[in-house]
Amino acid sequence: MTALRHRLADRGVDRNLLLLLPAAGFVVVLFVYPFLYGIGLSLRPPEGGPLGAYRRFLTDPYLRDTVTTTLGLSLPAALLNVLASVPIAYRMRGRYRGKRVLTTLLVLPITLGTVLTAQGLLNFLGPTGWFNRALLGAGLIDEPVRLTHNYWGVFLSLVITGFPFAFLLVSSYLSGIDPTLERAAATLGANARQRFRRITLPLLAPGLATTFCLSFVLAFSVFPSAVLVGDPAGETRVISIAAYEAAYVQYDYVLASALAVIMGVVELVVIGLVLGWRALLYTGSTIGKG
Amino acid sequence: MELRGRRIVASPAGWLIWGAVLFFFVMLAGVIASVVVSSFGTRWFDTWLPQGWTAGWYGRAWDDFTLGPVLVVTLEVAVLVVGLSLLIGVPAAYTLARRSFPGRRLLQLLFLLPILMPPITYGIPLATVLYKYGFAGHLSGVVLANLVPSVPFVILTMTPFIEQIDPQLERAARMCGATTRQIFLRVLAPLLVPGILAAAILVLVRTVGMFELTFLTAGPDSQTLVVALYYSMSSAGIRAQQSVDAMAVIYTSMMLVLLVVALRFVNPTQLVARVRDEDP
Amino acid sequence: MSGTGFTELRLDRVSRSFAGRDALAELTLTIRKGEFIALLGPSGCGKSTALNCLAGLLPLSRGSIWRDDVRLDTVPPERRGFGMVFQNYALFPHLSVRRNIAFGLQMRRVARAEARRRVDAAIRLVHLEEHAGKLPGQLSGGQQQRVAIARAVVLEPSLVLMDEPLSNLDAKLRLEMRTEIRRLHQTLGLTTVYVTHDQEEALSLADRLVVLRDGEVQQVGTPEEVHTAPVNRHVAAFMGYRNLLPLRAAGGAGAGIRVEGDGISLVGTPVGTVAPGTGVLAAARPEDLRIAADGVPAVVEVVEYQGREVAVEARTDAGTPLFLRSAERPAPGDRIHVTAAPDRLLVFPGEPG
Repeated sequence: MTALRHRLADRGVDRNLLLLLPAAGFVVVLFVYPFLYGIGLSLRPPEGGPLGAYRRFLTDPYLRDTVTTTLGLSLPAALLNVLASVPIAYRMRGRYRGKRVLTTLLVLPITLGTVLTAQGLLNFLGPTGWFNRALLGAGLIDEPVRLTHNYWGVFLSLVITGFPFAFLLVSSYLSGIDPTLERAAATLGANARQRFRRITLPLLAPGLATTFCLSFVLAFSVFPSAVLVGDPAGETRVISIAAYEAAYVQYDYVLASALAVIMGVVELVVIGLVLGWRALLYTGSTIGKG
Repeated sequence: MELRGRRIVASPAGWLIWGAVLFFFVMLAGVIASVVVSSFGTRWFDTWLPQGWTAGWYGRAWDDFTLGPVLVVTLEVAVLVVGLSLLIGVPAAYTLARRSFPGRRLLQLLFLLPILMPPITYGIPLATVLYKYGFAGHLSGVVLANLVPSVPFVILTMTPFIEQIDPQLERAARMCGATTRQIFLRVLAPLLVPGILAAAILVLVRTVGMFELTFLTAGPDSQTLVVALYYSMSSAGIRAQQSVDAMAVIYTSMMLVLLVVALRFVNPTQLVARVRDEDP
Repeated sequence: MSGTGFTELRLDRVSRSFAGRDALAELTLTIRKGEFIALLGPSGCGKSTALNCLAGLLPLSRGSIWRDDVRLDTVPPERRGFGMVFQNYALFPHLSVRRNIAFGLQMRRVARAEARRRVDAAIRLVHLEEHAGKLPGQLSGGQQQRVAIARAVVLEPSLVLMDEPLSNLDAKLRLEMRTEIRRLHQTLGLTTVYVTHDQEEALSLADRLVVLRDGEVQQVGTPEEVHTAPVNRHVAAFMGYRNLLPLRAAGGAGAGIRVEGDGISLVGTPVGTVAPGTGVLAAARPEDLRIAADGVPAVVEVVEYQGREVAVEARTDAGTPLFLRSAERPAPGDRIHVTAAPDRLLVFPGEPG
């Protein structure tokens, strides 16, 4: 008995690991089990064999196209959020007066939530909203631009709610890069552009991959904005709408579970690809002293 | 220390970047202002500003949407989720940060997954399971569902905080005769207070703002403010647009207060890693 | 801008202030080609500020820097043609040793074959042939230090700046690298400005020392001058004059001056004008105090073995501590008499304090 305990202790197993038990048990019971339950449920349709629900998804374009619609919204939005964050966060490094105010303003949209953003976009960008009024008044357009209840409404809402997260993450990754590295590069003859491209960017790249993943997750689950500012029956019918309708409108839990599984798989494939690319990069310390 | 030539506005590229930031702010201001103005307007159709001003929509929204109970539910859910997720998450974060054992990486992945997956993907099966066992439709179901991303989130934010506390401190306390419990309460807890506060506030903001999971598991008496707001918007036409705007303003003001409080405790740009920005 | 054709580098009243306070005030210095200059002082004295101003990493508040007739302080760091070794090395963590060293050559668009030859030579110079393909994180502290030096000197810079390069190494390695740095300086014919707070390091490496305190230059001189003839009490305190005795000048005694107080009476050499009857600070190194048959009476408190000698801490009857070295070995509690050679006891004017 004591021998076993010693052997386990050698490998780092002892009573203190019990501290992990509540969290691990919790995640297993409320995340892993429901997920497996959902997978099980999706494989038990009333008709068409175990893969019936998936076959139905693949053959019904109204369901199948939701994946491309979702990716068509979330990939460009996540990419834009990350790419726009880099130069802005890079310019905002260091210490200067007003930095805190500027940062607060940039992360302010986090407080808006998707619903207020949707309401605001409807008011602001709608055919009689200020935006169209201003453009009409300036003579730039002859009739109101349609920016709501279509793709662009949802896209803008994803940018407004997603950018602050991307910006925060990119800023924090940037602040983790030792500033003496750029100084060292300067004394070695690198100009500002070369310093960014050769030193900062390679050290930031893994962080950008992570940021992209998290932004993508955020944009991928677009639900309220797709309903409220989008065109939920047409060009912004994303997969989460289809899943929600299956579960709560048609009470078809099998199809809803299948859609949830497909959504998870598609998302994990994208993340897997990005993280696979990240694994090829240098991902060690970002401090000059190794 | 500042490199020469890295002033805030310097080059055409710099102007372009600040132009983009400005455009973002204009959009943002337009979105917020149009909601706020609308919530204080009497009738507003096809003009620059409403015809008259009133604060009456706030009272109507309060009554129409039974905001009193909704706010109470929101508060209850938020407090319960924050408390429980800290209770479950902090010890786990401590063990993960300090110990190595077989299966540690697997466990880390397990804790990362609920954050990496969109809430809808696990929300639907989770809601199904919660309905099966009779939790869904009540406060307990909403709290349980919201804990799923919150516990991993606490673990994720607390681990770096714990890692930066020198393990020598714990050894020193042990040499002074402290038990594990005493070490936790007398040595670690005071040092962890900033980290715990940061995690608590971030979880609070996330929970109040969490739409999908609450939406999928809430019953009529367990709606939080976001969900009530969504319902009021998607059933627009029945209620006046302005009272929805008023409700949105209430929600945003609440989140704004939370964010300002959060920013006092957490430096948002230093969540991932920190390097001393030393003076020469 | 290659490093060769220049004869001197002039700093003309170089100043830098932070938030209205001078971190460096009016540093004027001429560095001749081939010289090894050490900027020496306690932390916060402005030595790192001076180095960063010289490198161009920190804009000057006032003053100017000249290389012969070319004004340098308006040139950005990447075009000054200096090399710098940072305190924390600042090696690019994502680049191998070879690519770290090659970085500056690539920035200067040196032809590939030529760059390869020079990088190989630099790697050999610092004995890192076996580690050329590794990332900095895989190297020991001493090896990282060598990479940092190789990266700075491979460009054959007109000036090499070193910011406390040895402070992160352990004692044995520090001595080794010290020799290495001096060897590189001589074999490559470099001009070096070296910042340190370690007086021993500065004395052994430099041709000339610049002692700084609170942003102001205290003394510029050869190691010997600074060591044996510090110009004021601050330099003396910093250069290892551990015995600092607040006394009173009694009057002339031959070429020197007699100083007294608290049961102490010694003869020393005045630095500057010392008026009889005024307060003075008498300074002596431990190795310049001796145990003698006659002198200041004191009781031995601590004896430390230091190889050939012992270090003794004694206390006078009035309670003033005295630090000295001795070839014989007294025991704690022994009553001894301490004296100093008049030319090795420096007497600085002014109120003690």
